[in-house]
Amino acid sequence: MIGDRMDILAPILLQFLELLMALALAPLLTGWVNQCRAWLQNRSAPPLLQPYRQLAKLFEKEVVLAHNASSLFRAAPYVIFACMALAAAIVPTLSTDLPFGPAADAIALVGIFALARVFIALAGMDVGTSFGSLGARREMLIGFLAEPALLMVFFTASLISQSTSLSTIVSTLARGEFTIYPSLAFAGIAFSMVSLAENARVPVDNPTTHLELTMIHEAMILEYSGRHLALIEWAAALKLYAYSCLGLALFFPWGIPQAAEFANLPVALAGLLFKLGIGGFLLAVIETVSAKMRIFRAPEFLGTAFMLAVLAMLVHLLLETGK
Amino acid sequence: MSSLSGSGFLSIDWLLTLIAAWLLIGCAGLLAPRQLGFVGRTLYPLGALVGLALAAVAFGALGETAEVAVLPLGLPDLPFHLRLDSLSALFLLLLGGASAGISIYAAGYLRKGEGTAPGLQCLQYHLFLASMALVLLADDAYVYMVAWESMALSSFFLVTSDHRLPEIRRAGYLYLLIAHVGAIGILLSFGVLQSGGDLSISNGVADYTFAHMRAMPHDAFWASAAFGLALFGFGAKAGLLPLHIWLPEAHPAAPSPVSAMMSGVMLKTAIYGMLRVSFDLLHHPLWWWGVLVLALGLLTALFGAVFSAVQSDMKRLLAYSSIENIGLLFVGIGLTLTFQSFGMNALAVLALTAVLYHCLNHAAFKSLLFLCTGSVLHATRERSLGKLGGLIHRMPWVAWLALLGVIAAAGLPPLNGFVSEWLLLQAFLFTPSLPHAYINMLIPVAAAAVALTAALAGFVMVKFFGIVFLGQPREEKISQAHDAGWLERLGLVWLAALCVLLGLFPVYVIEKLDFVTRSLLGVGVYPAGNNTPHGWLLLAPISADRASYEPLVFLLMIGAVITATYLIVHRYWHGRARRSAAWDCGFPLQTARMQDTAEGFSQPLRQVFEPFYRQTRELPTAFDTAPRYRVVVEDHFWYWLYLPVARAAEFGARCVSFLQQGRISIYLLYSFLTLVALLFLVRG
Repeated sequence: MIGDRMDILAPILLQFLELLMALALAPLLTGWVNQCRAWLQNRSAPPLLQPYRQLAKLFEKEVVLAHNASSLFRAAPYVIFACMALAAAIVPTLSTDLPFGPAADAIALVGIFALARVFIALAGMDVGTSFGSLGARREMLIGFLAEPALLMVFFTASLISQSTSLSTIVSTLARGEFTIYPSLAFAGIAFSMVSLAENARVPVDNPTTHLELTMIHEAMILEYSGRHLALIEWAAALKLYAYSCLGLALFFPWGIPQAAEFANLPVALAGLLFKLGIGGFLLAVIETVSAKMRIFRAPEFLGTAFMLAVLAMLVHLLLETGK
Repeated sequence: MSSLSGSGFLSIDWLLTLIAAWLLIGCAGLLAPRQLGFVGRTLYPLGALVGLALAAVAFGALGETAEVAVLPLGLPDLPFHLRLDSLSALFLLLLGGASAGISIYAAGYLRKGEGTAPGLQCLQYHLFLASMALVLLADDAYVYMVAWESMALSSFFLVTSDHRLPEIRRAGYLYLLIAHVGAIGILLSFGVLQSGGDLSISNGVADYTFAHMRAMPHDAFWASAAFGLALFGFGAKAGLLPLHIWLPEAHPAAPSPVSAMMSGVMLKTAIYGMLRVSFDLLHHPLWWWGVLVLALGLLTALFGAVFSAVQSDMKRLLAYSSIENIGLLFVGIGLTLTFQSFGMNALAVLALTAVLYHCLNHAAFKSLLFLCTGSVLHATRERSLGKLGGLIHRMPWVAWLALLGVIAAAGLPPLNGFVSEWLLLQAFLFTPSLPHAYINMLIPVAAAAVALTAALAGFVMVKFFGIVFLGQPREEKISQAHDAGWLERLGLVWLAALCVLLGLFPVYVIEKLDFVTRSLLGVGVYPAGNNTPHGWLLLAPISADRASYEPLVFLLMIGAVITATYLIVHRYWHGRARRSAAWDCGFPLQTARMQDTAEGFSQPLRQVFEPFYRQTRELPTAFDTAPRYRVVVEDHFWYWLYLPVARAAEFGARCVSFLQQGRISIYLLYSFLTLVALLFLVRG
C-alpha cells in the first residue's frame, strides 16, 4: 500500500525537486561560467556565489518605472520567469519519468522559448526608447533564425527515437543499443551555435556589455530595475541552465536514470553537476577564444546553424534509416 | 421552401431558413438606408444572432448522416441541389461562429458618411454571408457557381464601398478580375469532372450534380486536368502564389469588418472547395499532386511571411500574413494528398486534421486582428504603422485582446495557432515512412521551411503589436484616441474567446474534426467509439510516448508559477514602485521620433531576404539640408508576371483593333464577307 503510494508520489516529488533544483542551480551555473571566464582571461574571478548576491540585492531595491510603462511592462518579467522555470522543469535531468513531461514535448519547448522571447521583445518596445526597440528588433532577428534551427535539431533527435517527447528521446538515446549517429554530430554543432545565440553569449551578443552599438539582450531590459530586473536575470540564468541540460540530455544522455526512485538520486545529481561543470567551462572557453561578431554577421552564423541542422536530418534519412 | 427528403424539419431546412433570414435582414436595410440607428443597432445584431444559430445548427449536424434538399429554383430541369455533410457542416460552423463576432462588431463600427449608405452596405454584407453559406451547401456545379459568383460580386461592392478613392477602385477591379479568372478554372474543372473526358453529349443527362461527379470514373489524365484546374481556380480565390496579387490590395481597401470576413471566412471557402474536389469528388490522388500543392504552399507561406515583415500599413501586413497562413493550409493539403496517394490514410488524417484545425484558428485570430485594426483606424484615422504607437494606454481593451490574437497568430502556446502548427509538424515527422526516396529527401527541407515561416510569423506579430500599441505615440493626435465601444468590444471578446478555447481544448476539437476526416478519408485521429483514449487533457494523436501536448496543464503551470512568484516576491521583499523618466542609458533628449519606425524594425529582414524584394531606395547624402529617406518594397511577381501579361493583352487588342473602324459600311462588309465564306464552305 505504501509502496503503491510511493510509486505515484515519487515522480511528483521528483518533479518538484527538479524545478527547485533548477531555480537554485541556475545562478550557480552563471557564476561558474563567469568564474571560468575570468580565470581564462587572467582576471581575478568574482566569487562563485556572486549571482545570488546580485539577485538578493535587486529584490531589495525599489522598482523605478518609466512614466509611460504600461501594465504589459510590469507583467512581462513574471511571464518570462514562469516560461523559463517551466522549460527547466520539463527537460529531463534527474529522471526521464516526469509527470509534467507529457504537458509539453520538444516542439512545445521551442514554443515556450518563443513565448518568452516575444514577451521580452514587447517589453523592450513598451517604454518607447530608442534602445528598447533596437534591442527588440535584433532579438527577433536572432530569434527567427535560431528558432527553426533548434526545431530542426529536435526533429533529428525525434526521427532517431520516433518521438517528439523529450523523455522518450532521452531514454532512447541513453538506453538504446549503443550506436554512433553521424547526424547527431551535425545536430550537436547546430545546437551549440543556437545556444550561444539564444543565451546572448559572445560571438553573437555580449552579456556584460552596455556598449550601445553591440548590445541585444541588455538593450531590451535597460528600463528594468529592482525585482523586475532580478526576475529577468534569474530567467536568463534559468535559460542557460535549461539549454545546458537540454544539450546534455540530447548529446550526452548517459547517467540519467529512468525510474523515479530516490535511490538513483545521488548518482544522477553527481553526474549532472559534473557534466554541467564541464559544459560551463567549455562555454567560457568559447567565449574567450572568439570575438563578438557584427550584428549583420549573426544571420550568417545562425543560417549556418540552420543549414547544419537540416543537413543533420538529411544525413539521418540518407545514412541511418537503412533504406 | 425545400422539398423535404424525410419527415420533419431537418438541419438543412433550418440552415436554409437561416440563410433566408440573412437575405431578409439584408433587404430590410433598404427600407431605411440612411438610418444608422436602425441598421446598426437592429439589423447587424440580428445578423449576428442568425450567425450564432447557423453555427449551432451546423455543430449539431457534424457527424450526422448527410442530408439533401432540392430547391425548385434555377433553370427548368436544372433545380438547385443542396447537401449538408460533415465537411459542409464544419465550414458552416466556421462561417456562423466568425460572422457572429464580426456582425456584432460591425454593429458598433458603422459611422455616418463613410462610403456606401449603411442600409445598402447591410444588404451587400448579408448577401455576402448568405452566398458563402450557399457555396458551402451546394451539391451541383450550377448552384455552386451561382453562389460563388454572388459571393465574389457582393464582396466586390463591399471592397469598393469607398469608391471615391482611385486606389480603392483599382484594388476592387484587380480583385474582380482575378476572382473571375479563377472562376473560369473552377467552371472548367467541374466540366471535366462531369464528363470524365468524354465529350459526346449522349452519355446520360448532364445534370452536373456532385453525386454524378463522385460516381464518374476518371482516368489519370482527366483527373489530373480537373485537379489542376481546381487548384488554379481555388488558388486564385485563396491567394496562392502567383495569384496572390489581389489580396494585399483588396484587404486594406475594404472596411475592417469586411476585411475580417474576407480574410477569416471567404478564403476558407476556397480551402473548402479544394478539399471538396480533392477528397470527395476525386478519389485516387496521384503522388505528384501532393508534391505540387506542397511546393506551392511552401512558396506561398514563405513569400507571405517575408513580405508581411516589411509592410508599413497595418492592414497590408495582416493581408500578407493571411497569404502566409493560406500557404500553410496548402502545405497541409499537399501532405495529406501525398500520404493518401500511397494509401497511408492513417497518416494522412493527421495532416488533414491540421488543415481543418488551422482553418478554424485562422478564422478566429485573423478576424480578431483585422477588427482590432478597424478600431485603431477609427480611433486614430491612421493606417500607417509609422504614425501610431502607445495605444495600449488609450485603448486597453483593444490592445489586450489584440495581444491574444497576436500570440495566437505567432503560433505560440498555449493559444490556438500553436495547436495546428504542432499537428502539422507532427505530420511532417511521419514522412520518412513514405515508400518514395526522393520525396523523403524533400521533406526535411519542407519541414525546415515551415519552421522558418512560423518563426517569421513571430517577428511580424511583434512588429505589428509593438509598433501599434507599445512605445510612445508617434503623432500628436494619437494621444486623443478613444477605446472601442461596447458592441465592438463584444465582437472582439467573442473572437478572442474562440482563440483561447480552441487553444485550450484541442482534444475536444479534434474529436469533432474526426467526423470530417472520417467522411473524407475513412479514418479519424482517434478510433471511432473510443474517442478520448488519453483523457480530455492530453493531446496525443498517435500515442503518449510519441508526442503529447497538454495546453491546459501548460497554462495552469505557467499561471501557478506566476502567482507563486508574485506572492513570494511581494511577501518576502516588497511591492514598491516609483515612476520616473525613462533611463535609456542616461540619454536625456528622448523623443517619440527616436523609436523604431515600421521600416526600421524590418530593416534587418530587408537585408537578409534582399533577393525576395524589388526595392527602390533613395538615400540622402551627408550634405543634404533637408535629408529625405525613402524606400519602396514591391513584389517581383507584379513585374515578372502581371505587367508582361497585361502588356501582351494590350498588344493583342491593338493587333485586332484595326478591325474596329466604327463605320457601319465596314461592318456590313464584314457580314457580307463572312456570309460568302460560309456559303463557299457549305457548297464545298
